[in-house]
Amino acid sequence: MPGITREEVAHLGRLSRLELKDEELDHFAGQLDAIIGAVARVAEVAGEDVPPTSHPLPLTNVMRPDVVRPSLTPRQALSGAPAQEQQRFKVPQILGED
Amino acid sequence: MTVTDELVSYEDALATYDPVMGLEVHVELGTRTKMFCGCSTELGAEPNSQTCPTCLGLPGSLPVVNAVGVESAIKIGLALNCDIAEWCRFARKNYFYPDMPKNFQTSQYDEPIAFNGHLDVALEDGEIFRVQIERAHMEEDTGKSTHVGGATGRIHGASHSLLDYNRAGIPLIEIVTKPIEGAGARSPEVAKAYVAELRELIRALGVSDARMEMGQMRCDVNLSLRPHGREKFGTRSETKNVNSLRSVERAARFEIQRHAAVLNGGGTIVQETRHFHEEDGSTTSGRIKEEAEDYRYFPEPDLVPVAPARAWVEELRAGLPELPRVRRERLRTDWGISDHEMQSALNAGAIDLIVATIEAGAPADQARKWWMGELARRSNEDGVELAALPITSGQVARVCALVADGKLNDKLARQVIEGVLAGEGDPDAVVAGRGLAVVSDEGALGTAVDEAIAGNPGIADKIRSGKVAAAGALVGAVMKATRGQADAGRVRELILEKLGAEG
Repeated sequence: MPGITREEVAHLGRLSRLELKDEELDHFAGQLDAIIGAVARVAEVAGEDVPPTSHPLPLTNVMRPDVVRPSLTPRQALSGAPAQEQQRFKVPQILGED
Repeated sequence: MTVTDELVSYEDALATYDPVMGLEVHVELGTRTKMFCGCSTELGAEPNSQTCPTCLGLPGSLPVVNAVGVESAIKIGLALNCDIAEWCRFARKNYFYPDMPKNFQTSQYDEPIAFNGHLDVALEDGEIFRVQIERAHMEEDTGKSTHVGGATGRIHGASHSLLDYNRAGIPLIEIVTKPIEGAGARSPEVAKAYVAELRELIRALGVSDARMEMGQMRCDVNLSLRPHGREKFGTRSETKNVNSLRSVERAARFEIQRHAAVLNGGGTIVQETRHFHEEDGSTTSGRIKEEAEDYRYFPEPDLVPVAPARAWVEELRAGLPELPRVRRERLRTDWGISDHEMQSALNAGAIDLIVATIEAGAPADQARKWWMGELARRSNEDGVELAALPITSGQVARVCALVADGKLNDKLARQVIEGVLAGEGDPDAVVAGRGLAVVSDEGALGTAVDEAIAGNPGIADKIRSGKVAAAGALVGAVMKATRGQADAGRVRELILEKLGAEG
């Protein structure tokens, strides 16, 4: 069985920008262990002849013609923005001082 | 840019180390719409006027891939001698950064649409270097950030940033080389020649204008050094978004010198991204590179796999234009010129103009003479591209025809071109407007010739006694008397005839 460590959960939390408390790290580590264990059991029964499934529908090549469709107006596009300036989405500081 | 990196001389660096490069080029396709939605890609629109729920990553929206985007990717792959995947998927590259409102970039990971190719590039001296291509895959561009409050728009120290998502979702093809080894001291030149050849290729395919100054084509230069004789690659740096051919060459050269200094000093190269500075050709440290696994790639569930039918691939292969390098070599042979002359025509952006002028009826040497002579001079003087001069290839061909018909001589032809450039109309209109026809009235020419002979009895005697070469002086006198409007060839014939000498 795979063992998910607290450190791995903390790392995933950072990558996902989720702030996790100490007790949550233990909690999620156990839950993720169970999920990964369940998936590993599927892998046990799937032989070489069963390709991994990423898409449940047997479809390929769904494409659209290169034809312009109406966009949102800038006002509509920005309507859900927490902050805006100069008709642009305003976001907090990305990097601090070096 | 507070820290100045130590450098060793280029020659010393190459004496100890062998550079290995990897080049990643992003090409923005010239499709009308974005890769996964129908928003327009037109440049210059007002901020956030070309977005929709899909490219803004709003809940419930679903992407659908642009057929022309896939077609363009296959064309590029085929032109780079790649295999085209029979079946491939898109993947999500997850990262949090405000330039991507979805918090992932739709890209391809381990199943690129094109892989295992090569591109032969011509160096300045005509030598051909083969660059191996690892892959070409489909992805999408990011939004445009404006950093506010810091020094001169830099992200460091900015108080906040503003995002325009018009560019988010524009189709990109990322083309990745295999490690380029064995180029030695010519590595920077190879890097530049590769990007130049790729640009020509992309334009010939008609899939993008590939204008680097507009960001339609950008190059990341990955470079590492290893001591001569060692197999194992050194640690690489990745210089991002190098936006001109010259900069590609300079960035590679700078990194070779910087790496060598670090390694000579017993230090280690940090794997990091670096920023190139146009002003002094240096690079500075950016962020430490995230591990690939930190992007948590997984197959994009909202887009079904792309499985290009072999018949479609073959149809696209059959429709590929002649490759630029092959075309240049064919034209060079047709025109009977040297590698160096062809390189000059390429650098001047004259090749297509010369071709069009020939197609409009001009002989190759004449077409080349005007574009690479008078017109190239004007384009330099005015600081505009040759193609942007206000004269068409058809007009140049007409000037050539007027010269061939004896209606203009070279001197007059130059004046006609001057007139066309000055907006006086077509060549025929300039000839009429300026009264520039060659004097072909035999009576008037005969009189001018008689006067020239009478005025230069000594020279006339020489010609009579067989010194035909002396005729040039009399031709000059006649041309002067007719203010350059005589047909010099006919004048010479008349002089020899009148003096009883054999031309």
